[in-house]
Amino acid sequence: MSVAITGIGCVSGLGCGADEHLQAFRSGRSGLGKVTLFQTKLQVPVAEVKMSNEQLKDQLGLDPDRLFSRTALLGMTAGKQAFQDAGLSKGRLRIGLISSSSVGGMDLSEQFFTEYSVNPGKGRLRMVAHHDIGDHTECIADYLQLDGFRTSISTACSSSANAIMFGARMIEQGLLDAVIAGGADALCRFTLNGFNSLMILDKAPCRPFDESRTGLNLGEGAGYLVLQSEKSLTPGTKVYCRLTGYANANDAYHQTASSPEGEGAFLAMLHALGKAGIESATVDYINVHGTGTNNNDLSESTAIKRLFGEYVPPFSSTKPFTGHTLGAAGGLEAVFSVLALHERVIFPNLNFKTPIMQTGLSPVTRMREDQDITTVLSNSFGFGGNNASLIFQK
Amino acid sequence: MDSYSVYIQSVASIYPEGEPVEGRFSINEPDYKEWIKEAGSRRRMSRIVKMGVTAGLQCLQNMAVKPEAIITATGLGCLADTEKFLQSIGSLNEELLSPTPFIQSTFNTIGAQIALLSDNKAYNSTYVHRAFSFESALLDGMMQLQTGNADSVLVGAVEELTPTVFYILERMGAWRKFPAGEGTSFFLLGNEKTHQTVARIVAVDMQRGNFSKDQLTQKRSDLLRRNGVSDARIVSEEMFKPICGEYQTASSFGLWYACTQLNGNGFVLITNSWLNNYTAVVIEKFTKE
Repeated sequence: MSVAITGIGCVSGLGCGADEHLQAFRSGRSGLGKVTLFQTKLQVPVAEVKMSNEQLKDQLGLDPDRLFSRTALLGMTAGKQAFQDAGLSKGRLRIGLISSSSVGGMDLSEQFFTEYSVNPGKGRLRMVAHHDIGDHTECIADYLQLDGFRTSISTACSSSANAIMFGARMIEQGLLDAVIAGGADALCRFTLNGFNSLMILDKAPCRPFDESRTGLNLGEGAGYLVLQSEKSLTPGTKVYCRLTGYANANDAYHQTASSPEGEGAFLAMLHALGKAGIESATVDYINVHGTGTNNNDLSESTAIKRLFGEYVPPFSSTKPFTGHTLGAAGGLEAVFSVLALHERVIFPNLNFKTPIMQTGLSPVTRMREDQDITTVLSNSFGFGGNNASLIFQK
Repeated sequence: MDSYSVYIQSVASIYPEGEPVEGRFSINEPDYKEWIKEAGSRRRMSRIVKMGVTAGLQCLQNMAVKPEAIITATGLGCLADTEKFLQSIGSLNEELLSPTPFIQSTFNTIGAQIALLSDNKAYNSTYVHRAFSFESALLDGMMQLQTGNADSVLVGAVEELTPTVFYILERMGAWRKFPAGEGTSFFLLGNEKTHQTVARIVAVDMQRGNFSKDQLTQKRSDLLRRNGVSDARIVSEEMFKPICGEYQTASSFGLWYACTQLNGNGFVLITNSWLNNYTAVVIEKFTKE
């Protein structure tokens, strides 16, 4: 039993919607730039969504005086696109919403906390009422007038992939007919300082899989897929592709670092292939996790080599375009994987020059058009050893 | 497609064992040394991580299985570390911050640490949706077993009460019905009934909306009827929250309460509410052989 992908939605530093993303990929235009959303002394590139909260609210037709976290606004923006793209409407189908995030309403909590830390009687409560991860999911559900099943997942940088996986399983079990699944994350001081404290932020644009890589760049955004059961499809429903494989495995090695042999990544990819019932040679393109940190790219390369042997398919990291969007990354990159199949393209891995000495793998560095691709693997790995892989097929 | 039944093989809970002090319950802290042997790990872990990991490991103790999924739930996650890191950003003016509280602030820290300490590379996920968090984790675990994807699954929930969340939620009026609480409860689920089996999970239900008391009663009797249960004892929040206090995943303690504190066997309906989230879990409790 497979799950059809009938809708996509995305917003990131590259723009809003699939077309703006494709344009950016084709022209090699990265979304990286300076931090403008908040005060910080950290001088590092980030990929901000080039719209203020006011602009996002305006575009969504929301009351400008109503308070939303930026994560919720990004989630509603991409969630709405996916919902409309699939032509979903209320009533006929049992529609679920499974969203994910790593920071939720942290942008507002930070503002609250500044006042609160001086005086616990201070701080506007409505600022902190959006702190929890469930808040952004509820905002999306309210906005799309969904009254059915909803839940939220947070497994650091693999969050969205796990949301998509859970959505697929609920459809396969016959619990839902359609699911909007993915995730959203806004940039905030908390995560920027967090990754800075780990000393894995690159002061230059990130260089995934390059020998000289020194870290990642953060980004923000949201990405959602509409998953549907085969039964729920009507004649004329546009089907982009199918989600045929998925798996989640834990590296059980270290809270933040990946194991040298990439065991968790290897198991996630291996089991995803098993679920899809395909050989590794079937994979035409891997949208890798590829953050640009020393540790991830070496570990992921090792896992890829272990699984694919000598015949490593074309692969690339889209993070030099979007930055690492954390909880949203799995959702955005799932959208990119669907677009790769639909548009028959392979996205370039910007800023790559020299392969990593130990593994010698070279990603695709120029946009490839008219590719004969039928199977795409998407990887998302996170803190806590949480690794997830998804397989999309035409 | 539901080919396998879901059984609760083992339970563990760390919960308040005394009266609330100034409206706040706090858990009865176990001796963490027994469970988290390495002193360095123990020192780095915040209270919520220690209590969650300990309850998870307690639940696995003496069970001859290695779970094929570890699924955790938390409404608000690792608040103490989140606050500590937020505070350090301000006080140290973004310079030379310790990464430890940031690393351990992620919602999946407890599930990840259980995997790490028990060398478990299996499926691992964390649900974070208010009062649906625990029931979502339970649903995921049940689906893993029902489809035959796993033969045994560890599911648990954890919440910590920090001074900050107490004050903030007090200002929001969250503690009007019950004192503020905290705690962690874990369940080892399996698909075969053994002499250790505590109960069978019959159904899990999550409903969101502004329902009247009558509507809720109707929903609950519908749930029982759909699952072919004619009569069930009820464990309501009025029974378990005076013990564990109010928190987003308190229903996990409700399930633990139903499994361990009720005499006899038969069907039990555990109900919970928080804001507009209503949940119900139906179990068939067994008498231990």
